[in-house]
Amino acid sequence: MATVSLKQLTKRYGNMEIVHGIDLEIADREFIALVGPSGCGKSTTLRMIAGLEDISGGMIDIGGRMVNDLPPRSRNISMVFQSYALYPHMTVRENLGFSLKIAGAAKDDMDRRVAEASAILGLDELLERRPSQLSGGQRQRVAMGRAIVRDPDVFLFDEPLSNLDAKLRTQMRTEIKKLHAKVKSTVIYVTHDQVEAMTLADRIVIMRSGHIEQVGTPGEVFSRPATRFVAGFIGSPPMNLHEATVSDGSLVFSGGDSLPLPGQFKSKAAAGDKVVSGIRPDDFYPTGHGLSSGGEAEVHRVELPVSITEPLGNETLVFAEFNGTDWVSRMLNPKPLKAGDRIGMSFDLSRAHLFSAETGKSLRS
Amino acid sequence: MDENASARLMRRALTGAHRVGLFLAMLVICLPGIWIVLSSLRPTVEIMAKPPVWIPQQLSFDAYIAMFSGIGKGGIPVLDYFRNSLIISVTSTVIAVAIGMAGGYAFARYRFRGKSGMFLGLMLTRTVPGIALSLPLFFLYVRLGIIDTHIGMILAYVALNVPFTIWLIDGFFRQVPKDLAEAAQIDGCTRWQAFWQVEFPLARPGIASAAIFAFLTCWNEFALASQLTRSVNSKTLPVGLLDYTAEFTIDWRGMCALTVVMIIPALTLTYIVQKHLVGGLTSGAVKG
Repeated sequence: MATVSLKQLTKRYGNMEIVHGIDLEIADREFIALVGPSGCGKSTTLRMIAGLEDISGGMIDIGGRMVNDLPPRSRNISMVFQSYALYPHMTVRENLGFSLKIAGAAKDDMDRRVAEASAILGLDELLERRPSQLSGGQRQRVAMGRAIVRDPDVFLFDEPLSNLDAKLRTQMRTEIKKLHAKVKSTVIYVTHDQVEAMTLADRIVIMRSGHIEQVGTPGEVFSRPATRFVAGFIGSPPMNLHEATVSDGSLVFSGGDSLPLPGQFKSKAAAGDKVVSGIRPDDFYPTGHGLSSGGEAEVHRVELPVSITEPLGNETLVFAEFNGTDWVSRMLNPKPLKAGDRIGMSFDLSRAHLFSAETGKSLRS
Repeated sequence: MDENASARLMRRALTGAHRVGLFLAMLVICLPGIWIVLSSLRPTVEIMAKPPVWIPQQLSFDAYIAMFSGIGKGGIPVLDYFRNSLIISVTSTVIAVAIGMAGGYAFARYRFRGKSGMFLGLMLTRTVPGIALSLPLFFLYVRLGIIDTHIGMILAYVALNVPFTIWLIDGFFRQVPKDLAEAAQIDGCTRWQAFWQVEFPLARPGIASAAIFAFLTCWNEFALASQLTRSVNSKTLPVGLLDYTAEFTIDWRGMCALTVVMIIPALTLTYIVQKHLVGGLTSGAVKG
């Protein structure tokens, strides 16, 4: 088990810089998720940690040892690939034991460790099969088994669930969480799915265009997003983000509608400032159908027309028209609504966010 | 008759027609081979008869017995030719496949300057007919003193086969997902081990087919061999066929018998190797 530390890690292909000097400290046994849209450099970062990509600058340290130029086999890591990358010409047993065979482990030791891994992941029935005879979920489990057999310092996961269907993905997510609880090792998990990151990770690293936007616990990145990008990326359905101008204690939107300036930002935004206001669907709800935040004093109520509704059973997403565009809201204990209805809507401004329109940074200090 | 019954009948009729068609096509393909085997067993009179005698009247192994009877008794140095063919074909195949593996792997896996130009260059060499090379090669070999030697023939055949083996093996390495070699490296392999443990076994069908093609090219090649070989030192079986031609006569029966002797090892080898030509070996490696 080990800590991982990245210092000014940079990756360039020719003149194009993909990862711009990122710094990250990962604690021993921590589950870290690197999350971001396609092309943000998260997979490249993971591959640099694995040793599959050369680094162009900076330093990678695993367990107190600098590994910048070490080949993958000398880093004591294991990796689960998006494509699983099982060896098709070997049985499941041979796949699991391959790393031990290469390391020259004794037969007894090898059998014991393969049996352990197979017991943890429930692969006992499948040991003599070949990868082509397995379903997607089973292949995924074999890939994880191959990783744990090695007893590595650090586990690397490269979008391991993206090839699975939605149901299996949820199931495997739980299995990965259980697995981490069992093997208690440091995990770096790359995904573009913020739900996976939120549910699995101790801390989330949100990346964008080769930079780290924010590092924090799932709670932190959700409730205190550091930038407009993080605010829009984390949370589903996404936060309502709209540009506005601060004017005389209120936020005036481009369409002319306005909201009171939330109290916590009164000292941070001056009249005339261009800002982006953000309010989560949970904090914008049909009156009487929301969560109580305890900030009742700052709830702003208006009557708005409904454009569409998306019933989800226990809740309904209501798109209400405000300032000429649709704002998504979450209606708990839903009642039937139809397009065109005018309903009372509440903005819980105590939980609103404000970002600088220029830098995208949160105005909350 | 209801719709289903007529559809069933139609399907059966189509299957029958399909099989008859296949039989006819196979007959056309196999007939020359069968004709050669038959001709090697029939007297020349029957071979040359017009109109052709379809059903052989008399069969004998005389041509085969004569072939192995030694010079002066209608024989030719068939064992020498066979040995030459074997040495030249096997050696040049092994070398061409080894170079093909190295080259194919490089083209499939690495990015380097001038890669596509080099690949195109290799392919262009295939457009030159072998016979066009025979005269320049003849002069070159005479100067180098490697005319009528095994090494000369091996060199020529390696050069002839390498572009083809590179091209074929490149295609097969491309089909082996890169992730597998990376996974192997993370599992503790060096690049070299990852190649032999994972990528090579998966590309084996391609390498086997490249080997078969290269071997058959060498084994059957006549145009170059007829120019670059002189004596029993290096004459191969296809060139040996010429021993049956005299100024005014051609011993068709003997020639056919030697052809059969040539075909048998090639056929056996192809039969053995084709078991390794199973495709779809990489299925299940990646994706769900």
